[in-house]
Amino acid sequence: MNGLIMIMVGSALISNVVLNQFLGICSFLGVSKQMKASASLGVAVIFVITIASAVASLLYDYVLKPLGMDFMKTIIFILVIAALVQIVEMFLKKKSPGVYQALGIYLPLITTNCAVLGVALNNVQDGYNFIECVTSGFGTAVGYTIAIILLAGIRTRINEKDLPAPLRGAPIVMIAAALMSIAFMGFGGLPH
Amino acid sequence: MKKYFERLWNGLVKENPVLVLMLGMCPALAVSTQAMNGIGMGLSTLAVLVLSNLVISLLRKVIPDQVRLPAYIVIVASLVTVTELLIKAYIPSIYEALGIYIPLIVVNCIILGRAEAYANKHTPLLSVMDGIGMGIGFTVALTIAGAIRELLGAGKIFGFQLLPEGFGMTIFIQPPGAFLVFALIIAVMNAIGIKTRQRQLVESGCDGNCALCATVCSDRKEETAGAEEQQKALQEAPKAIEAAAKEGGEAK
Repeated sequence: MNGLIMIMVGSALISNVVLNQFLGICSFLGVSKQMKASASLGVAVIFVITIASAVASLLYDYVLKPLGMDFMKTIIFILVIAALVQIVEMFLKKKSPGVYQALGIYLPLITTNCAVLGVALNNVQDGYNFIECVTSGFGTAVGYTIAIILLAGIRTRINEKDLPAPLRGAPIVMIAAALMSIAFMGFGGLPH
Repeated sequence: MKKYFERLWNGLVKENPVLVLMLGMCPALAVSTQAMNGIGMGLSTLAVLVLSNLVISLLRKVIPDQVRLPAYIVIVASLVTVTELLIKAYIPSIYEALGIYIPLIVVNCIILGRAEAYANKHTPLLSVMDGIGMGIGFTVALTIAGAIRELLGAGKIFGFQLLPEGFGMTIFIQPPGAFLVFALIIAVMNAIGIKTRQRQLVESGCDGNCALCATVCSDRKEETAGAEEQQKALQEAPKAIEAAAKEGGEAK
């Protein structure tokens, strides 16, 4: 149990997926303009990453490893993720159109979010078992959500300021991300 | 011949994937801790990009439109796996340094982006040149960022000690430094862009793209818009008088 909490805290805060490992930067910079969209994307990412790491873990342990097809993991994982996103999309469309509407375009875009594939590959590399994989996936996704919501909050404040022209747009957002990253380095002091 | 070189120039400067289009930021931020890693990552991506552009361009009439994205992903993932195994076999030091970011080339937006935007509409040779241009642009951006980070963070470039030992500001090698260095590089590019655009504006008016040049451009646009309206009014004035005269004539 203690180990699982460590994995959870480690993946959510200490080695934050966006600010420390640089995965999912595209959507982190692209979607964080509005708080609402960021929160919706965060929830969708939690959903997809958790399920994707569970499925990837099962596939790796029971199919790829026994067959000695370790090198196929990149291809298999990306196909699983693409299929999974499609299934989640169809399921939400049918069962809860409200959530589907709220997520809009961000749902299909999760396929190309490198955080999903990155977590699946990292889990396998670290040799986690099924439960640890799910925990680490969930923790990572929570870390992503925390980071993108915080950045969205900062950006709504930045928009009200009069900035020098060259810094407008991407540069100032990345400077904000740099400061957030420095702040998150403080979590490195937690025991892990 | 000219259009092939135009492709190279386009990828390197005009549409530099990292610095202008902001694609492929994840690996760019992650591996630019040293200039050498930047080159390694850049060249691996270049290889995958050129091959994927070639294959997708060759298959562009075969792949049905509805399933093109899954098809592209499978092609790219296979090429990445081949590249990964080759790097692991022949340059283990680079493999160690880049780690998980090599398989993650699959989800690099540059590759799917170029497949979708260029390779599936153009001939194989042009697509290959486009891949080379974009790949070199990516490599150059990563190497420059890597060199800056290495110099500020460790006082070295390509492993050669340039600044006195102990000078390095470690933060530039750590994650925050990646964001800071890229923010500053893009800001400098923006500043240069604004300058050149201002110069062009004097000659040609606004090109309508106000994303980068902010206020200068929008002011200019209002001015030109105002001028256009005036001119339009001037042009239409005689017509209106004529029409009025005609109407008057008809009424009589």
